[in-house]
Amino acid sequence: MGEPATGLEPVRLRWGWLATMLAVLLGAVLAGITVGPAGIGPGQVIGELLGAGLAGRPSTLSSIQQAIIWEIRLPRVALGGLVGGLLSLAGASYQGVFRNPLADPYLLGVAAGGGLGATVVIALVPGAGSSLLPLAAFVGASVAVALTYAVGRSMGGRSAVSLILAGVAVAAFFTAVQTYILQRNADTIRQVYSWILGLLATTGWREVLVLVPYAVVCGAGLVLHRRLLDVMSVGDEEVDSLGISALRVRTTVVVLATLATAAAVAVSGLIGFVGIVIPHTIRLLVGVSYRSLIPISAVAGAAFLILADLAARTVASPAELPIGVITAFVGAPFFMVVLRTSRRYVA
Amino acid sequence: MSVIIDRLSVSYRPGAPVLRELSLDVNAGEWLGLLGPNGAGKSTLLKAIAGLVEHTGSILLRGVDAGSLRHRDRARCVAFVPQEPVIPPGMTVTEYVLLGRTPHLPYLGTEGRGDLTVAASALALLDLEPFANRSMSALSGGERRRVVLARAIAQQADILLLDEPTGALDIGQGQNALELIGYLREERPMTIITAMHDLTLAGQFADRLLLMAGGRVVADGPAAQVLTAEYIREFYQANVEVVSVNSGVAVLPIRNGAR
Repeated sequence: MGEPATGLEPVRLRWGWLATMLAVLLGAVLAGITVGPAGIGPGQVIGELLGAGLAGRPSTLSSIQQAIIWEIRLPRVALGGLVGGLLSLAGASYQGVFRNPLADPYLLGVAAGGGLGATVVIALVPGAGSSLLPLAAFVGASVAVALTYAVGRSMGGRSAVSLILAGVAVAAFFTAVQTYILQRNADTIRQVYSWILGLLATTGWREVLVLVPYAVVCGAGLVLHRRLLDVMSVGDEEVDSLGISALRVRTTVVVLATLATAAAVAVSGLIGFVGIVIPHTIRLLVGVSYRSLIPISAVAGAAFLILADLAARTVASPAELPIGVITAFVGAPFFMVVLRTSRRYVA
Repeated sequence: MSVIIDRLSVSYRPGAPVLRELSLDVNAGEWLGLLGPNGAGKSTLLKAIAGLVEHTGSILLRGVDAGSLRHRDRARCVAFVPQEPVIPPGMTVTEYVLLGRTPHLPYLGTEGRGDLTVAASALALLDLEPFANRSMSALSGGERRRVVLARAIAQQADILLLDEPTGALDIGQGQNALELIGYLREERPMTIITAMHDLTLAGQFADRLLLMAGGRVVADGPAAQVLTAEYIREFYQANVEVVSVNSGVAVLPIRNGAR
């Protein structure tokens, strides 16, 4: 004893896994742009993206094919990637600060709160621009997460399930209010209803551009908190005894994660389970440290939602399923498995 | 590092003080054992020293008012190990011990070489090197306790507060836990304050004992002075015989009516 051991592995990002997930994301992007009724092959897509897009050479595709790639499929893939990344990032962050393996933007009622906020704007503020939607969704989502947390704690504290039950109640209430507003404003029902089920149908690049600043701010903020999320795993009292305010960390991270959720909900509606499926899968692969979990979950979430959207477009082709149906189809059984395996937190 | 406490009061609810104007000096390098029945205020005193509960009165750490210290600076002076530390499932031993470096890092910063060296020497001190990459979930109870101590050592605080380090342990594990703390104190000069349940262990390991009841100090001194059958009857409502042994005193419970 005495001499310090050499070669203690520092806790750091698992670059190998990040590279793997980036490769998966790249594959998902290519598939998302290639697959569809227009019959453009993967080679043509790569040639168009690299040749015409990056190198500036004249395109070999017809102008219709170019428009399909640049104005329809690429923005849709970009939107799916951003929404998936944000939801996954938010889920991982909520799980960290609430020390709750079941936390997810959808299950905490955050998405429903965001949905209500956005619905109020769509139904009651005619002519409001789409840039107002994320802010309205953020207000609704913040109220929802605060309510869920307060109710969950008042139900007796530390159980993971009590927080989720509170989230279910809050989500049900917000959804009821939302339905009421819709019934009173029947002319907007169709617009809002398709959006409630989660939709990535876009009109070009507008939604993507709305989302980019939120993705940058929330992504950077949460990545900066990755070590503090590890610290949070020892419980508030011990966190405080390490000289960090657990309340301050939780507040900051919840604001960032809620902002990420609200931005995603505002452009794509309610897409559930991404925030629980992806972080748990990544945890199995890379371990529990948030230093790897946060960035790798974001990339994997992006790939997952692009592929889910691909399924939504093709499974019942030519009809299109809401993407929320696809994620719930995968996510709900997954959630049950998580519920079973995390019984020790639940007890 | 010395601890000087002057008229410390803590109330979790108005009108129901847990600590009542408690004053106490702990010398640098001393091992102080806090005794007293449940609800005496032992844990609350530890938490107040660690800055985890609101209080009135003052706490001086090496002559500096602890209330004027930033949280992080206070955590560099005082390491606190609760009775049942939270063990994050799946976290590796290295990741856990490195959490002890938190007070030495910038708010959003990450560990550097120096922090790894400190963590490595804490692991070495407690013979934990073979466990460095193991998951905390896979450790036995005794191993976990050593890892928790390694985290507190990695914090490099001069004052180590331990709430019931032998709580819920069997007789052998309890003894080992205290032997370990005694060993740590020989390796690194530290002021140690432990809340203790087992009077016999307390009477042999701590340098000085403090008997608390109702948020006040009722006896303070070496084991032979504090662990008397009279005090124990009065404050624990227990019938005991106190026996002198080589390493201190042992307290034997005696069945009422037996002679």
